[in-house]
Amino acid sequence: MSATSVEVMAETVPEKKEFWRWQENVWIDETKDWRSANIITCGIDVGSVSSQAVLVVDGELYGFNSMRTGNNSPDSATNALQGVMDKCGMKLEDIRYVVGTGYGRVNVPFAHKAITEIACHARGANYMGGNGVRTILDMGGQDCKAIHCDEKGKVTNFLMNDKCAAGTGRGMEVIADLMQIPIAELGPRSFDVDVEPEAVSSVCVVFAKSEALGLLKAGYTKNKVIAAYCQAMAERVVSLLERIGVEEGFFITGGIAKNPGVVRRIEKLLGIKAMETKVDSQIAGALGAALFGYTLMQKQAKAA
Amino acid sequence: MITAGIDMGSRTVKVVLLEEITVEGAPQLKYAVRKTHIMMPGDLDPDQAAEKVYDDVLTGAGLRRDQIAAVFATGAGRKQVAFATEGITEMTAGAKGASYMYPLARTVVDVGAEEGRGMKTDAQGRAIDFAGNEKCAAGAGSFAEAMSRALQMTLQEFGEASLLSDKSIPMNAQCTVFAESEVVSLIHSATPKNDIAKAVLDAVASRVCAMVRRVGIEGEVVLIGGMVHNPGFVQSLKNAMGVDTISLPDMPEYISALGCALIAAERQH
Repeated sequence: MSATSVEVMAETVPEKKEFWRWQENVWIDETKDWRSANIITCGIDVGSVSSQAVLVVDGELYGFNSMRTGNNSPDSATNALQGVMDKCGMKLEDIRYVVGTGYGRVNVPFAHKAITEIACHARGANYMGGNGVRTILDMGGQDCKAIHCDEKGKVTNFLMNDKCAAGTGRGMEVIADLMQIPIAELGPRSFDVDVEPEAVSSVCVVFAKSEALGLLKAGYTKNKVIAAYCQAMAERVVSLLERIGVEEGFFITGGIAKNPGVVRRIEKLLGIKAMETKVDSQIAGALGAALFGYTLMQKQAKAA
Repeated sequence: MITAGIDMGSRTVKVVLLEEITVEGAPQLKYAVRKTHIMMPGDLDPDQAAEKVYDDVLTGAGLRRDQIAAVFATGAGRKQVAFATEGITEMTAGAKGASYMYPLARTVVDVGAEEGRGMKTDAQGRAIDFAGNEKCAAGAGSFAEAMSRALQMTLQEFGEASLLSDKSIPMNAQCTVFAESEVVSLIHSATPKNDIAKAVLDAVASRVCAMVRRVGIEGEVVLIGGMVHNPGFVQSLKNAMGVDTISLPDMPEYISALGCALIAAERQH
C-alpha cells in the first residue's frame, strides 16, 4: 500500500470508539504512611491483557495500579509500578523486595524473584476474601483457572484453560466491540431483558460473533444477545469448575469478577454465592506476589 | 432421472443437479452433473436461502421442481431445507462425493469456513470414521480468513504470499482470537507478510492434520471444501501430513452437494 493511500484512509476513517476498553485504576490507602513502615514489598503481575503493580506495607495492602499491558512486558511492568509510586511519592529504592508474576513474570526488570500466577492468585484471594476461601475462579484476559487452596492460601489443585478465548476477558472484549457497548455496561444490561434467553450455542468466540449477529437479525435486542453471551460464558467456566469440584468459600478474581452479568449467572448455575471483597478483583495476582515477598523478608529477618 | 443435492454451509449454500445417463460402451459412466450453483445467503434466512438457491439452479437448468426425483440436503443448516426429501450428515455426503471423483480415495479431508475434518472411507465411498474441529475456529477456513484480514490481504493473496516464504515461524496461539493479537505483534516486529501468511496456514494445517491423524492417513488423500482454492494451505497440509500428493477436485466446494445428489439417486433404485 502506498503512503498516499494510507493518508487517504486516515482522513476518511472516523475515529473508532474502543468499547472494549476497561477502566485503568490507581489507588492508595490514604490512612497509612509508608514512610514509617519497616518492610515495603511489591508484586507485579504482567498478564496478557492487563498489568498490575501492588505495594504491600508491613504485610498490609497499601496501594496498586492496574493498567493495560502494552506490547512490551518490561515497559508494562515499569509503567505499572511507576504509576503507583508517583501517587505516593515512593522511589524504587524504598521497596525492599519485588516479586514478578503473570505470563510476563520473567521480563519484570527489577524483580528479585518470579512466582507463578496460580500460587499468587491463591495467596491474594486468601488475603482479599479471608482464610475461608477454598475455591478460586480466576477469569483473566487470556485464560481461565480454577484453583483449590487451603486456609493459608496454599494451592492444593488447579485446572486451566489457556487455549481458547471462550470464558476469558478477551472474549468479552470482542462482544463489547461487536455490540458497540462499553464493556462495563455489559453486565448490568444483560439483566435488562424480558425473558432470559438461552446461551449462544457456539463455544468459539469467532462463531459466537456470527451467531450473535444472527440473533440480532432475528429480532433479539442487544441486551438479550449480551445476556445469551454472558450465560454461555458462565456455562463455559462452570464446566471447568465442575471438573475440579467446587467447595464452599468460592471466590472470583480477575477482570470478569467485575461483570455481574457473568458472576450472577455462575452463582445461579453452581447454587453458591461468591464471596464479597472491597478490593479490586484484578489485583489478586500482584497482591499475592507482594505478600510472598513480605513473607520472604520476614523469614530473612528471623534467620539473621 | 435427475436428483438434487443441497449443501447448507455456514458461509455459502451450494447445489448440484445430477442426471442419470447411459453411455454406450462406457457402463461405468452412470451420472453427469447437469448444473451447479453457489451463493452467499447474505441477509436471507437459511430457509429462504435454500428456496432461492434451488429456484436459481432449476431456472438455470430449465427445469421445474416436479422434474426432480429427490432432493437431499446436507451441511450445518440442512434441517432448514423444508422441501428436502431427506437430510444426511456432512461426513456421509463428503465421503461419497470425494470417492465418486477419486475411487481410490481412502482419506478425505474437508476444510470449509467453520469446519475442518478428516474422514476415513471404504471402497463404497462410505465414511467409516471421522474426527472434526467441533466447536472451534482453529483448524477451519475462518481462522485463515481472520488472519488475512489482519494482514489486509484477500484470502487469495494470502495463500499465494505463503508460497513465497521458506521460513517456519511457530504460532503459539491456538485460538483465533488470541492468534489475531499474535499476528499483530508479528507485524509490529517487522516480520515479512509472506512469512506470517505461511505461519498462519501452517498452523491451520497442523490442526487439520491432527484431526486426520486421529482417523489415520492411508490410501489416496483427497482435500475438499473451499480451502482447496488456497494453494498455500494445500502446500502446508502436504508438509504437515508428510504426503507428496493430495488430490484436489476441480469444484471442491461442491463435493458434499454432489455426494448428496449421488446418494439421492442411488436411493431411487
